[in-house]
Amino acid sequence: MALPQVKQDATEARLAALDMPKGGWPEAARKDAMGRVRAMGLPHARDEYWKYTRPDTLVQPEAPEAALFDDGDAPVFGGVDSLKLVFVDGVFDEAASDAAALEHVSIDRLADAPDIHWAKDLYGTLEARGQAPVQRPLAALNTAYASDGVLIHATGRAAKPISLIYRHRSTSSDAILHHVVKIDSGAELTVLESGPAAARFNKVMEVDIADGGTFHHVRVQGRDHERRAATAIFTRLGTESVFKSFTLTANGVLTRNECVIELTGDDAVAHVAGACMGDGDFHHDDTVFITHDALNCESRQVFKKVLRNGAKGVFQGKILVKEGAQKTDGYQISQSLLLDDDSQFLAKPELEIYADDVACSHGSTSGAIDEEALFYLRSRGIDEGPATDLLTIAFLAEAVMEIEDESLQDEINGLVEAWLSRRRG
Amino acid sequence: MAALDNKTSVKEGVDQETVDAVREVGGAYKYGWETDIEMDYAPKGLNPDIVRLISEKNGEPEWMTEWRLAAYERWLQKEEPDWAMVDYPQIDFQDQYYYARPKSMEVKPKSLDEVDPKLLATYEKLGIPLKEQMILAGVEGAEGAAAEGRVGGGEEVRKVAVDAVFDSVSVGTTFQKELREAGVIFCSISDAIRDHPELVKKYLGSVVPVSDNYYATLNSAVFSDGSFVYVPPGVRCPMELSTYFRINAENTGQFERTLIIADKGSYVSYLEGCTAPQRDTAQLHAAVVEIIVEEDAEVKYSTVQNWFPGDEDGKGGIYNFVTKRADCRGARSKCMWTQVETGSAVTWKYPSCILRGDDSQGEFYSIAITNNHQQADTGTKMIHLGKNTKSRIVSKGISAGHAQNTYRGLVSMHPKAKNSRNYTQCDSLLIGSLCGAHTVPYIEVKNNSSRVEHEATTSKVDDDQLFYCRQRGMDEEEAVALVVNGFCRDVLQALPMEFAMEAQQLVAISLEGSVG
Repeated sequence: MALPQVKQDATEARLAALDMPKGGWPEAARKDAMGRVRAMGLPHARDEYWKYTRPDTLVQPEAPEAALFDDGDAPVFGGVDSLKLVFVDGVFDEAASDAAALEHVSIDRLADAPDIHWAKDLYGTLEARGQAPVQRPLAALNTAYASDGVLIHATGRAAKPISLIYRHRSTSSDAILHHVVKIDSGAELTVLESGPAAARFNKVMEVDIADGGTFHHVRVQGRDHERRAATAIFTRLGTESVFKSFTLTANGVLTRNECVIELTGDDAVAHVAGACMGDGDFHHDDTVFITHDALNCESRQVFKKVLRNGAKGVFQGKILVKEGAQKTDGYQISQSLLLDDDSQFLAKPELEIYADDVACSHGSTSGAIDEEALFYLRSRGIDEGPATDLLTIAFLAEAVMEIEDESLQDEINGLVEAWLSRRRG
Repeated sequence: MAALDNKTSVKEGVDQETVDAVREVGGAYKYGWETDIEMDYAPKGLNPDIVRLISEKNGEPEWMTEWRLAAYERWLQKEEPDWAMVDYPQIDFQDQYYYARPKSMEVKPKSLDEVDPKLLATYEKLGIPLKEQMILAGVEGAEGAAAEGRVGGGEEVRKVAVDAVFDSVSVGTTFQKELREAGVIFCSISDAIRDHPELVKKYLGSVVPVSDNYYATLNSAVFSDGSFVYVPPGVRCPMELSTYFRINAENTGQFERTLIIADKGSYVSYLEGCTAPQRDTAQLHAAVVEIIVEEDAEVKYSTVQNWFPGDEDGKGGIYNFVTKRADCRGARSKCMWTQVETGSAVTWKYPSCILRGDDSQGEFYSIAITNNHQQADTGTKMIHLGKNTKSRIVSKGISAGHAQNTYRGLVSMHPKAKNSRNYTQCDSLLIGSLCGAHTVPYIEVKNNSSRVEHEATTSKVDDDQLFYCRQRGMDEEEAVALVVNGFCRDVLQALPMEFAMEAQQLVAISLEGSVG
């Protein structure tokens, strides 16, 4: 079916504002991705998959201005020993980064990786697989135009996490980053991400996990009020492999985090979780699509949103269990805590199941602070403010606890408490 | 040992009723026969002339004809929706009859005595009592009523007034006199257009607007008959009202229109049943039901939908595209939808409640069973607009064979719907590895004093339960039917007594051949 004219026009206008990086091994993948973008067209407000999040500012040719914001906080993950790689407005900053040397891990830059590269077989592949049954044109656009990113290949157990730090220095920066992560059989790696990245940020991370591989991902999105971000993770899991991802979001006028997970090997485990705290002009969208295509796999989605002053939280989560994917255990929970009357929570938790021997469930709730719990704490002599905070922390805890590493859990809890104390201040 | 026996017999005693009900039921689709009766058809196809013809056949006034024609114009501009998780060949809307009437109904019979005996026999065969005297309390007594399977528990016999619709026309409506004494208007919609134009004009299309959706618009243009109910202020309808829809003619679409108005402080319980003959070609059924619930009024709407589901290979069956909506306009109004969906090849149906009045309540209880190649995409919308509104959704989907069963629902809390409450529970059961069960709920919360809870599970028939039944001597099919009946219990309990029995049996029939 031909694309509607409005979509075609918007897509062409956006493409005209971009330059495709020339040459090198990714060229063929970029051209393929370009074909996908043109065939799908960029998202439009009337697309079902964008029912609750307006995509126009993510699609328009120029990035909307976003004021710089100095949060004055100590660096996120400051207490964690990691290999730091810094990107400023979407460009790798070698001077600010650590030397890219880590045992059992090879790290290259997308912008200058040698001509023959392992990532050639992977770049854009998982993104392309993730385009059906739901289209994700912004991710295809990313594959076609990403000018920078890291290519990480883990062959064994990495001694410390790789920390990707995104800095925002220009009010009109429009960054497109594409990372590729390959986890070999039995290898294990943790990737941390933090910072606001740019005025408008389009990021894709493809993670291919071989049999028995383990990948952990913990992300703290930057607190710049006016930034916009559309991110997508595409991952494919082999037999007995593990993927665990957690995201904390506070602030940001628009955030859309997509996570597309494909369980292709038996006994694989995928957990994806998110905690978000929104205040005022804040729109946060978690869109998850998990495909079970093997036996005895487990998937968990845990999303918690605390919203106030008219903030909007969106959750679209789907579990697809393909024919034959027996013994699937799928769990999904999305909850919102609305701290005042103006905030909104919009959810679409979906199940699509074609195998009979499965146990899949989802739950979704929305409501205010539990008056009874609040009364209990008040009766114990705790003031209303701290009592509300305590209940908020407890509410978010289920998501934070999805992080396996306790020191990272502590980091995240510290950030949640800081957010709450700023509110009271 | 004696103690154990005792226990066992109690256990068996409890379940015996269900087991018997399941056993009683013979062959697969019971209602697949056809009535050989001479019919009057309008020419095939759809155009303004057909719309005018339908209007003329119903003896409608000019304003109604205009209303239909306007709907037809809107329909031409609309596109067939494709978002539901159902897949069927393109419908040729020009290859259908839009009006079919038994020849004997050309001159409308004045009473049931004048109705063609063939028609009456059809309904008798379906188990629908049209002859009032058969179930008149005290006259024929509980015996006759019991034979009809319509006993209301103990001594008191429940009366049910029936409007029987055969293809495009209403055959007759029972208990007219008794209802009239109570002030209740219960008649076919064509009679209502003629006899109560002021009510029809005021309410028709006020809940489901003409251009609401593709099929509702089509219905607005070509609807032929259906039921009309008006319950005046403060009246508790003295009996249950029921409409029985029967499609008989081939290649004929049925487009019924039902309008129920419960005025202030009134109460009515309404039942709907449907069947169709077994045929190789698919047939279209696009109905619209509008319910208006005023202050303090309550409406219960129960459906047992048993249209021909198509054969084991998915040949034939009814395409059931239905728009049902209740507008709880007044404060403290209440509407309850209960549906048992076992028939139809394709179902596309979302009985909804608009909770406009403060403290109004909406409930939706549903069992949807799909077997063989059936597809169902069904659910509800609860739109909370007023303060302190409450809604409850309990949906049980059962999928077997090659069937696809989808729950699709919306719960929306508007900013002004303070202190509102929703609870949703939707469970799916899969029987066999080739079927699918899906859940697509939309949840929109726009204020913080409201609470919304949604739970959904998908699982298969529990092996332990099956094993238990098997070792008590049941064969596998019976055991599955029993377990499924247990799974549906929450919804079955919400049905009026006689419907619950019928539904329980239907559950068993619908699943026939799904095991092994």
